[in-house]
Amino acid sequence: MTRDLITASVLTGFLGAGKTTLLNRLLSGPDLADTAVIINEFGDIGLDHLLVESVDGDIVLLKSGCVCCTVRGDLKDAVLALFERRARGDIPAFRRLVIETTGLADPAPIIATLAADLMLKYHFAIGNVVTAIDVPNGLHNLEAFEEAGRQVALADRIVLTKADLASGQDLEALRLAVEAINPAAIITTTIVTTGRDSRDKGQARSSEVAALLTQDIHDLASRPAEARRWVAAARHGDHVHATPDRNRHGDIRAMSLTIDRPIAWARFSLWLSLMVHRHGTRILRLKGILDIEGVGSPVVVHGVRHLIHPPFHLADWPCDRASLLVLITDGDLGDIQRSLRAFVGAQAEVRASVPART
Amino acid sequence: MCGLCGAFANADHWSQGGDAARMTDAVPAVERMRQAAAANRVLALRGLKLSVWADRFVLRGPTGRSVVVDHLGTLWTAADSLGACVDPLDAGLMSRLEDDQT
Repeated sequence: MTRDLITASVLTGFLGAGKTTLLNRLLSGPDLADTAVIINEFGDIGLDHLLVESVDGDIVLLKSGCVCCTVRGDLKDAVLALFERRARGDIPAFRRLVIETTGLADPAPIIATLAADLMLKYHFAIGNVVTAIDVPNGLHNLEAFEEAGRQVALADRIVLTKADLASGQDLEALRLAVEAINPAAIITTTIVTTGRDSRDKGQARSSEVAALLTQDIHDLASRPAEARRWVAAARHGDHVHATPDRNRHGDIRAMSLTIDRPIAWARFSLWLSLMVHRHGTRILRLKGILDIEGVGSPVVVHGVRHLIHPPFHLADWPCDRASLLVLITDGDLGDIQRSLRAFVGAQAEVRASVPART
Repeated sequence: MCGLCGAFANADHWSQGGDAARMTDAVPAVERMRQAAAANRVLALRGLKLSVWADRFVLRGPTGRSVVVDHLGTLWTAADSLGACVDPLDAGLMSRLEDDQT
Protein backbone atom coordinates (compact mmCIF):
# COMPACT_ATOMS: atom_id res chain seq x y z
CA MET A 1 0.00 0.00 0.00
CA THR A 2 1.28 3.40 -0.83
CA ARG A 3 -0.75 5.20 1.84
CA ASP A 4 -0.80 4.52 5.53
CA LEU A 5 -4.27 3.08 5.72
CA ILE A 6 -6.30 2.44 8.85
CA THR A 7 -7.70 -1.09 8.85
CA ALA A 8 -11.43 -1.18 9.52
CA SER A 9 -12.76 -4.51 10.78
CA VAL A 10 -16.35 -5.47 11.43
CA LEU A 11 -17.46 -7.46 14.48
CA THR A 12 -20.90 -8.94 14.03
CA GLY A 13 -23.09 -11.66 15.48
CA PHE A 14 -26.73 -12.26 16.23
CA LEU A 15 -28.44 -11.15 19.46
CA GLY A 16 -26.88 -13.04 22.36
CA ALA A 17 -24.06 -14.46 20.25
CA GLY A 18 -21.32 -13.21 22.57
CA LYS A 19 -20.12 -10.11 20.75
CA THR A 20 -19.98 -8.20 24.02
CA THR A 21 -17.74 -10.80 25.65
CA LEU A 22 -15.43 -10.70 22.64
CA LEU A 23 -15.44 -6.91 22.72
CA ASN A 24 -14.61 -6.85 26.41
CA ARG A 25 -11.60 -9.06 25.87
CA LEU A 26 -10.62 -6.91 22.96
CA LEU A 27 -10.89 -3.66 24.88
CA SER A 28 -9.16 -4.87 28.04
CA GLY A 29 -6.12 -6.51 26.44
CA PRO A 30 -2.91 -4.76 25.40
CA ASP A 31 -2.83 -6.19 21.89
CA LEU A 32 -5.16 -3.66 20.34
CA ALA A 33 -3.97 -0.54 22.12
CA ASP A 34 -3.93 1.39 18.86
CA THR A 35 -7.55 0.60 18.11
CA ALA A 36 -10.72 2.65 17.97
CA VAL A 37 -13.96 0.79 18.49
CA ILE A 38 -17.38 1.93 17.37
CA ILE A 39 -20.08 0.29 19.46
CA ASN A 40 -23.80 0.67 19.80
CA GLU A 41 -24.12 1.59 23.46
CA PHE A 42 -21.56 2.10 26.23
CA GLY A 43 -23.96 0.57 28.74
CA ASP A 44 -24.08 -2.71 26.90
CA ILE A 45 -20.48 -3.65 27.48
CA GLY A 46 -19.85 -2.27 30.98
CA LEU A 47 -16.84 -0.09 30.32
CA ASP A 48 -16.64 1.62 33.72
CA HIS A 49 -13.72 -0.40 35.07
CA LEU A 50 -11.70 0.25 31.88
CA LEU A 51 -12.50 3.92 31.56
CA VAL A 52 -9.72 6.53 31.75
CA GLU A 53 -11.29 9.63 30.36
CA SER A 54 -14.38 10.78 28.56
CA VAL A 55 -13.37 12.91 25.56
CA ASP A 56 -16.91 14.02 24.97
CA GLY A 57 -20.40 12.58 25.03
CA ASP A 58 -19.84 9.72 22.63
CA ILE A 59 -16.07 9.07 22.83
CA VAL A 60 -14.11 7.60 25.75
CA LEU A 61 -10.49 6.59 26.27
CA LEU A 62 -9.77 3.23 27.92
CA LYS A 63 -6.90 1.96 30.08
CA SER A 64 -5.69 -0.30 27.30
CA GLY A 65 -5.24 2.69 24.98
CA CYS A 66 -8.36 1.93 22.96
CA VAL A 67 -10.67 4.69 21.87
CA CYS A 68 -14.33 3.76 22.18
CA CYS A 69 -17.13 5.58 20.41
CA THR A 70 -20.86 5.04 20.10
CA VAL A 71 -22.81 5.49 16.90
CA ARG A 72 -25.48 8.11 16.94
CA GLY A 73 -27.19 7.95 13.62
CA ASP A 74 -25.17 7.44 10.52
CA LEU A 75 -22.13 5.16 10.56
CA LYS A 76 -20.32 7.11 7.88
CA ASP A 77 -20.62 10.32 9.92
CA ALA A 78 -19.39 8.51 13.05
CA VAL A 79 -16.31 7.16 11.25
CA LEU A 80 -15.52 10.53 9.68
CA ALA A 81 -15.98 12.36 13.01
CA LEU A 82 -13.62 9.90 14.66
CA PHE A 83 -11.08 10.36 11.88
CA GLU A 84 -11.27 14.15 12.12
CA ARG A 85 -10.71 14.05 15.89
CA ARG A 86 -7.73 11.77 15.27
CA ALA A 87 -6.33 14.22 12.70
CA ARG A 88 -6.76 17.13 15.14
CA GLY A 89 -4.99 15.18 17.89
CA ASP A 90 -8.03 15.12 20.21
CA ILE A 91 -7.73 11.35 20.48
CA PRO A 92 -4.76 8.97 20.00
CA ALA A 93 -3.76 8.20 16.41
CA PHE A 94 -5.45 4.82 16.17
CA ARG A 95 -4.19 2.46 13.45
CA ARG A 96 -7.17 0.15 13.51
CA LEU A 97 -10.93 0.58 13.66
CA VAL A 98 -13.44 -2.04 14.81
CA ILE A 99 -17.12 -1.54 14.07
CA GLU A 100 -19.55 -3.55 16.16
CA THR A 101 -22.85 -4.14 14.41
CA THR A 102 -26.19 -4.57 16.12
CA GLY A 103 -27.36 -8.16 16.46
CA LEU A 104 -29.94 -7.80 13.75
CA ALA A 105 -27.65 -6.06 11.27
CA ASP A 106 -26.65 -7.38 7.91
CA PRO A 107 -22.95 -6.43 7.77
CA ALA A 108 -22.93 -6.02 3.98
CA PRO A 109 -24.21 -2.41 3.93
CA ILE A 110 -21.54 -1.47 6.50
CA ILE A 111 -18.83 -2.77 4.20
CA ALA A 112 -20.52 -1.09 1.25
CA THR A 113 -20.52 2.22 3.17
CA LEU A 114 -16.78 1.99 3.83
CA ALA A 115 -16.01 0.87 0.29
CA ALA A 116 -18.20 3.38 -1.53
CA ASP A 117 -17.39 6.67 0.19
CA LEU A 118 -14.42 8.34 -1.49
CA MET A 119 -12.99 9.88 1.67
CA LEU A 120 -13.42 6.73 3.76
CA LYS A 121 -11.95 4.66 0.95
CA TYR A 122 -8.90 6.90 0.86
CA HIS A 123 -8.12 6.51 4.56
CA PHE A 124 -9.48 3.08 5.48
CA ALA A 125 -8.81 -0.45 4.21
CA ILE A 126 -11.38 -3.10 4.99
CA GLY A 127 -10.02 -5.81 7.26
CA ASN A 128 -11.64 -8.92 8.66
CA VAL A 129 -15.33 -9.47 9.19
CA VAL A 130 -15.51 -11.43 12.46
CA THR A 131 -18.79 -13.17 13.20
CA ALA A 132 -19.70 -14.56 16.61
CA ILE A 133 -22.32 -17.30 16.69
CA ASP A 134 -23.30 -19.08 19.90
CA VAL A 135 -23.52 -22.84 19.97
CA PRO A 136 -26.71 -23.13 22.09
CA ASN A 137 -28.83 -20.92 19.78
CA GLY A 138 -26.81 -20.64 16.58
CA LEU A 139 -28.58 -23.31 14.53
CA HIS A 140 -32.00 -21.97 15.48
CA ASN A 141 -30.97 -18.42 14.60
CA LEU A 142 -29.60 -19.58 11.24
CA GLU A 143 -32.91 -21.26 10.48
CA ALA A 144 -35.13 -18.47 11.72
CA PHE A 145 -33.30 -15.26 10.77
CA GLU A 146 -31.90 -14.38 7.40
CA GLU A 147 -29.48 -11.88 8.98
CA ALA A 148 -27.76 -14.63 10.99
CA GLY A 149 -26.96 -16.49 7.76
CA ARG A 150 -25.69 -13.36 6.06
CA GLN A 151 -23.45 -12.57 9.04
CA VAL A 152 -21.86 -16.01 8.63
CA ALA A 153 -21.66 -15.73 4.84
CA LEU A 154 -19.72 -12.47 4.98
CA ALA A 155 -17.23 -13.57 7.64
CA ASP A 156 -13.49 -14.04 7.34
CA ARG A 157 -13.41 -15.43 10.87
CA ILE A 158 -16.24 -17.22 12.64
CA VAL A 159 -16.15 -17.66 16.41
CA LEU A 160 -18.37 -20.40 17.80
CA THR A 161 -19.06 -19.09 21.31
CA LYS A 162 -20.40 -20.61 24.53
CA ALA A 163 -19.32 -24.08 23.37
CA ASP A 164 -19.32 -25.27 27.00
CA LEU A 165 -23.04 -24.50 27.33
CA ALA A 166 -24.03 -27.09 24.72
CA SER A 167 -23.20 -30.67 23.80
CA GLY A 168 -20.39 -31.75 21.52
CA GLN A 169 -23.03 -32.84 19.03
CA ASP A 170 -24.56 -29.37 18.96
CA LEU A 171 -21.11 -27.88 18.42
CA GLU A 172 -20.42 -30.21 15.51
CA ALA A 173 -23.85 -29.61 13.96
CA LEU A 174 -23.33 -25.85 14.11
CA ARG A 175 -19.81 -26.17 12.71
CA LEU A 176 -21.15 -28.16 9.74
CA ALA A 177 -23.94 -25.64 9.12
CA VAL A 178 -21.51 -22.74 9.28
CA GLU A 179 -19.00 -24.46 6.97
CA ALA A 180 -21.79 -25.13 4.49
CA ILE A 181 -22.69 -21.45 4.35
CA ASN A 182 -19.11 -20.18 4.28
CA PRO A 183 -16.55 -22.77 3.25
CA ALA A 184 -13.68 -20.28 3.16
CA ALA A 185 -13.98 -18.80 6.65
CA ILE A 186 -11.65 -19.78 9.46
CA ILE A 187 -13.63 -21.14 12.41
CA THR A 188 -12.55 -20.98 16.04
CA THR A 189 -14.35 -21.98 19.23
CA THR A 190 -14.57 -20.22 22.59
CA ILE A 191 -16.16 -21.09 25.90
CA VAL A 192 -17.85 -18.83 28.40
CA THR A 193 -15.35 -17.06 30.64
CA THR A 194 -17.06 -14.82 33.11
CA GLY A 195 -16.35 -13.71 36.64
CA ARG A 196 -13.08 -13.12 38.48
CA ASP A 197 -12.04 -16.77 38.64
CA SER A 198 -11.68 -16.95 34.92
CA ARG A 199 -9.89 -13.64 34.53
CA ASP A 200 -6.51 -15.25 33.80
CA LYS A 201 -8.08 -17.40 31.16
CA GLY A 202 -9.80 -14.38 29.72
CA GLN A 203 -6.56 -12.41 29.66
CA ALA A 204 -4.77 -15.20 27.86
CA ARG A 205 -7.44 -15.16 25.24
CA SER A 206 -7.23 -11.44 24.58
CA SER A 207 -4.29 -12.06 22.23
CA GLU A 208 -6.32 -14.72 20.42
CA VAL A 209 -9.23 -12.31 20.11
CA ALA A 210 -6.82 -9.66 18.85
CA ALA A 211 -5.52 -12.11 16.23
CA LEU A 212 -9.07 -12.39 14.86
CA LEU A 213 -8.61 -8.80 13.79
CA THR A 214 -4.88 -8.40 13.24
CA GLN A 215 -4.28 -11.47 11.09
CA ASP A 216 -5.92 -10.28 7.91
CA ILE A 217 -5.01 -9.85 4.28
CA HIS A 218 -3.27 -6.54 5.04
CA ASP A 219 -0.88 -8.21 7.45
CA LEU A 220 2.07 -9.31 5.30
CA ALA A 221 3.42 -11.70 7.92
CA SER A 222 0.22 -13.69 8.28
CA ARG A 223 -0.80 -13.76 4.60
CA PRO A 224 0.71 -17.17 3.72
CA ALA A 225 -0.73 -18.88 6.82
CA GLU A 226 -4.07 -17.15 6.26
CA ALA A 227 -4.23 -18.38 2.66
CA ARG A 228 -3.24 -21.88 3.74
CA ARG A 229 -6.03 -21.88 6.33
CA TRP A 230 -8.84 -20.74 4.08
CA VAL A 231 -7.77 -22.94 1.16
CA ALA A 232 -7.70 -25.92 3.55
CA ALA A 233 -11.11 -24.89 4.94
CA ALA A 234 -12.57 -24.64 1.43
CA ARG A 235 -11.11 -28.00 0.36
CA HIS A 236 -12.39 -29.57 3.56
CA GLY A 237 -15.81 -28.06 2.86
CA ASP A 238 -15.79 -29.53 -0.65
CA HIS A 239 -15.06 -32.93 0.81
CA VAL A 240 -17.61 -32.83 3.61
CA HIS A 241 -20.41 -31.03 1.78
CA ALA A 242 -20.33 -32.91 -1.49
CA THR A 243 -24.10 -33.40 -1.44
CA PRO A 244 -25.97 -30.67 -3.29
CA ASP A 245 -28.22 -29.49 -0.48
CA ARG A 246 -25.42 -28.91 2.01
CA ASN A 247 -24.17 -25.76 0.39
CA ARG A 248 -27.46 -23.92 0.56
CA HIS A 249 -28.83 -21.97 3.42
CA GLY A 250 -32.00 -20.16 2.57
CA ASP A 251 -30.97 -18.06 -0.37
CA ILE A 252 -27.26 -18.13 0.45
CA ARG A 253 -25.22 -20.48 -1.72
CA ALA A 254 -21.54 -21.34 -1.69
CA MET A 255 -19.56 -22.85 -4.51
CA SER A 256 -15.92 -23.45 -5.22
CA LEU A 257 -14.46 -23.55 -8.70
CA THR A 258 -11.17 -25.20 -9.62
CA ILE A 259 -9.22 -24.55 -12.80
CA ASP A 260 -6.27 -26.85 -13.40
CA ARG A 261 -4.51 -24.82 -16.09
CA PRO A 262 -2.95 -21.37 -15.75
CA ILE A 263 -5.35 -18.56 -16.68
CA ALA A 264 -4.65 -15.19 -18.33
CA TRP A 265 -4.92 -12.28 -15.88
CA ALA A 266 -6.42 -10.05 -18.60
CA ARG A 267 -9.30 -12.46 -19.17
CA PHE A 268 -9.88 -13.30 -15.52
CA SER A 269 -9.84 -9.64 -14.41
CA LEU A 270 -12.25 -8.78 -17.22
CA TRP A 271 -14.67 -11.50 -16.08
CA LEU A 272 -14.42 -10.56 -12.40
CA SER A 273 -14.82 -6.83 -13.10
CA LEU A 274 -17.99 -7.58 -15.09
CA MET A 275 -19.33 -10.00 -12.47
CA VAL A 276 -18.98 -7.48 -9.64
CA HIS A 277 -20.34 -4.67 -11.82
CA ARG A 278 -23.46 -6.60 -12.79
CA HIS A 279 -23.98 -8.91 -9.79
CA GLY A 280 -21.86 -7.37 -7.00
CA THR A 281 -24.77 -6.74 -4.67
CA ARG A 282 -25.44 -10.49 -4.65
CA ILE A 283 -21.82 -11.67 -4.35
CA LEU A 284 -21.46 -11.80 -0.59
CA ARG A 285 -17.90 -13.10 -0.57
CA LEU A 286 -15.25 -14.11 -3.05
CA LYS A 287 -11.86 -15.62 -2.29
CA GLY A 288 -9.46 -16.96 -4.83
CA ILE A 289 -5.96 -18.28 -5.20
CA LEU A 290 -4.98 -18.09 -8.85
CA ASP A 291 -2.47 -19.72 -11.14
CA ILE A 292 -1.83 -16.87 -13.57
CA GLU A 293 -0.05 -17.33 -16.92
CA GLY A 294 3.44 -15.87 -16.79
CA VAL A 295 3.47 -15.73 -12.98
CA GLY A 296 5.24 -18.45 -11.04
CA SER A 297 3.79 -17.65 -7.63
CA PRO A 298 0.14 -17.80 -6.57
CA VAL A 299 -1.98 -14.65 -6.74
CA VAL A 300 -4.63 -14.11 -4.07
CA VAL A 301 -7.87 -12.17 -4.66
CA HIS A 302 -10.48 -11.29 -2.03
CA GLY A 303 -13.78 -9.53 -2.45
CA VAL A 304 -16.92 -8.50 -0.61
CA ARG A 305 -19.83 -7.46 -2.80
CA HIS A 306 -18.61 -4.76 -5.24
CA LEU A 307 -15.32 -4.39 -3.43
CA ILE A 308 -12.29 -6.36 -4.63
CA HIS A 309 -9.16 -5.92 -2.53
CA PRO A 310 -5.87 -5.31 -4.34
CA PRO A 311 -4.56 -8.77 -5.29
CA PHE A 312 -1.20 -9.91 -3.93
CA HIS A 313 1.38 -12.61 -4.54
CA LEU A 314 2.36 -15.36 -2.16
CA ALA A 315 5.90 -16.74 -2.27
CA ASP A 316 4.77 -20.38 -2.36
CA TRP A 317 1.69 -22.41 -3.15
CA PRO A 318 -0.25 -23.31 0.02
CA CYS A 319 -1.93 -26.14 -1.91
CA ASP A 320 -1.55 -28.02 -5.20
CA ARG A 321 -0.86 -25.62 -8.06
CA ALA A 322 -4.31 -24.80 -9.47
CA SER A 323 -6.71 -21.89 -9.36
CA LEU A 324 -9.37 -22.13 -6.66
CA LEU A 325 -12.21 -19.65 -6.44
CA VAL A 326 -14.79 -19.68 -3.66
CA LEU A 327 -17.98 -17.67 -4.19
CA ILE A 328 -20.78 -17.14 -1.70
CA THR A 329 -23.83 -15.66 -3.36
CA ASP A 330 -27.20 -14.37 -2.35
CA GLY A 331 -29.48 -16.56 -4.44
CA ASP A 332 -28.84 -18.39 -7.68
CA LEU A 333 -27.08 -15.96 -10.01
CA GLY A 334 -26.92 -18.40 -12.91
CA ASP A 335 -24.27 -20.66 -14.39
CA ILE A 336 -21.13 -19.03 -12.92
CA GLN A 337 -19.01 -22.06 -13.79
CA ARG A 338 -19.89 -21.82 -17.49
CA SER A 339 -19.44 -18.06 -17.50
CA LEU A 340 -15.93 -18.27 -16.05
CA ARG A 341 -14.99 -20.97 -18.57
CA ALA A 342 -16.39 -18.95 -21.49
CA PHE A 343 -14.45 -15.86 -20.41
CA VAL A 344 -11.09 -17.39 -19.50
CA GLY A 345 -10.89 -19.76 -22.48
CA ALA A 346 -11.76 -23.22 -23.67
CA GLN A 347 -8.49 -24.73 -22.45
CA ALA A 348 -9.36 -23.99 -18.86
CA GLU A 349 -11.59 -26.74 -17.55
CA VAL A 350 -13.57 -25.20 -14.69
CA ARG A 351 -14.77 -27.71 -12.13
CA ALA A 352 -17.38 -26.85 -9.52
CA SER A 353 -16.65 -28.93 -6.45
CA VAL A 354 -19.82 -27.83 -4.72
CA PRO A 355 -22.47 -27.23 -7.36
CA ALA A 356 -24.12 -23.86 -7.03
CA ARG A 357 -27.29 -24.99 -8.70
CA THR A 358 -29.31 -27.71 -7.09
CA MET B 1 -2.55 15.64 -14.01
CA CYS B 2 -1.89 15.19 -17.70
CA GLY B 3 -0.82 18.55 -19.16
CA LEU B 4 -2.37 17.82 -22.53
CA CYS B 5 -5.81 16.48 -21.71
CA GLY B 6 -6.29 17.79 -18.17
CA ALA B 7 -7.16 14.34 -16.87
CA PHE B 8 -6.07 13.34 -13.39
CA ALA B 9 -3.60 10.50 -12.96
CA ASN B 10 -5.04 7.07 -13.50
CA ALA B 11 -6.37 5.88 -10.15
CA ASP B 12 -5.31 2.49 -8.76
CA HIS B 13 -7.64 -0.38 -9.42
CA TRP B 14 -7.31 -4.01 -8.37
CA SER B 15 -7.30 -5.13 -12.03
CA GLN B 16 -3.94 -3.37 -12.46
CA GLY B 17 -2.30 -5.80 -10.10
CA GLY B 18 -2.61 -4.26 -6.63
CA ASP B 19 0.25 -4.79 -4.20
CA ALA B 20 2.04 -6.94 -6.71
CA ALA B 21 3.51 -4.13 -8.82
CA ARG B 22 2.90 -6.10 -11.96
CA MET B 23 0.45 -8.94 -12.17
CA THR B 24 2.33 -10.71 -14.93
CA ASP B 25 5.84 -10.49 -16.29
CA ALA B 26 4.58 -8.12 -18.99
CA VAL B 27 5.19 -4.38 -18.71
CA PRO B 28 2.01 -2.43 -17.81
CA ALA B 29 1.49 -1.21 -21.38
CA VAL B 30 1.55 -4.78 -22.69
CA GLU B 31 -0.86 -5.91 -19.97
CA ARG B 32 -3.22 -3.07 -20.95
CA MET B 33 -3.10 -4.29 -24.57
CA ARG B 34 -4.00 -7.77 -23.35
CA GLN B 35 -6.87 -6.42 -21.28
CA ALA B 36 -8.17 -4.46 -24.27
CA ALA B 37 -7.95 -7.60 -26.46
CA ALA B 38 -9.76 -9.67 -23.82
CA ALA B 39 -12.42 -6.95 -23.47
CA ASN B 40 -12.92 -6.67 -27.23
CA ARG B 41 -13.83 -10.37 -27.46
CA VAL B 42 -16.86 -9.48 -25.35
CA LEU B 43 -17.47 -5.87 -26.39
CA ALA B 44 -17.43 -6.65 -30.12
CA LEU B 45 -20.58 -8.74 -29.57
CA ARG B 46 -22.31 -5.51 -28.47
CA GLY B 47 -20.81 -3.29 -31.19
CA LEU B 48 -18.22 -1.63 -28.93
CA LYS B 49 -14.45 -1.33 -29.25
CA LEU B 50 -11.87 -0.63 -26.54
CA SER B 51 -8.51 0.91 -27.49
CA VAL B 52 -5.47 1.60 -25.35
CA TRP B 53 -4.83 5.32 -24.96
CA ALA B 54 -1.62 6.15 -23.07
CA ASP B 55 -2.10 4.68 -19.57
CA ARG B 56 -5.85 4.28 -19.98
CA PHE B 57 -8.45 3.24 -22.55
CA VAL B 58 -11.01 4.74 -24.90
CA LEU B 59 -14.32 2.94 -25.45
CA ARG B 60 -16.11 3.63 -28.73
CA GLY B 61 -19.75 2.88 -29.38
CA PRO B 62 -21.40 1.88 -32.66
CA THR B 63 -22.33 5.51 -33.44
CA GLY B 64 -18.77 6.73 -32.90
CA ARG B 65 -19.46 8.17 -29.46
CA SER B 66 -16.46 7.58 -27.19
CA VAL B 67 -15.76 7.54 -23.46
CA VAL B 68 -12.39 7.58 -21.67
CA VAL B 69 -12.03 4.56 -19.40
CA ASP B 70 -9.41 4.57 -16.63
CA HIS B 71 -9.45 0.85 -15.93
CA LEU B 72 -11.70 -2.21 -15.91
CA GLY B 73 -13.50 -0.80 -12.86
CA THR B 74 -15.05 1.95 -14.97
CA LEU B 75 -15.30 0.02 -18.25
CA TRP B 76 -18.72 -1.51 -17.65
CA THR B 77 -20.32 1.70 -16.42
CA ALA B 78 -19.03 3.30 -19.63
CA ALA B 79 -20.42 0.40 -21.69
CA ASP B 80 -23.79 0.82 -19.93
CA SER B 81 -23.72 4.54 -20.81
CA LEU B 82 -23.22 3.64 -24.47
CA GLY B 83 -26.30 1.45 -24.31
CA ALA B 84 -24.47 -1.91 -24.22
CA CYS B 85 -25.56 -3.70 -21.08
CA VAL B 86 -23.37 -6.81 -20.80
CA ASP B 87 -24.26 -9.64 -18.40
CA PRO B 88 -21.55 -12.28 -17.89
CA LEU B 89 -24.23 -14.85 -17.01
CA ASP B 90 -26.30 -14.23 -20.14
CA ALA B 91 -26.64 -17.60 -21.91
CA GLY B 92 -26.49 -16.01 -25.36
CA LEU B 93 -23.26 -14.17 -24.54
CA MET B 94 -21.64 -17.27 -23.04
CA SER B 95 -22.63 -19.31 -26.05
CA ARG B 96 -21.08 -16.80 -28.48
CA LEU B 97 -17.86 -16.65 -26.43
CA GLU B 98 -17.72 -20.47 -26.49
CA ASP B 99 -18.23 -20.50 -30.28
CA ASP B 100 -15.47 -17.93 -30.59
CA GLN B 101 -13.01 -20.31 -28.93
CA THR B 102 -13.64 -23.30 -31.16
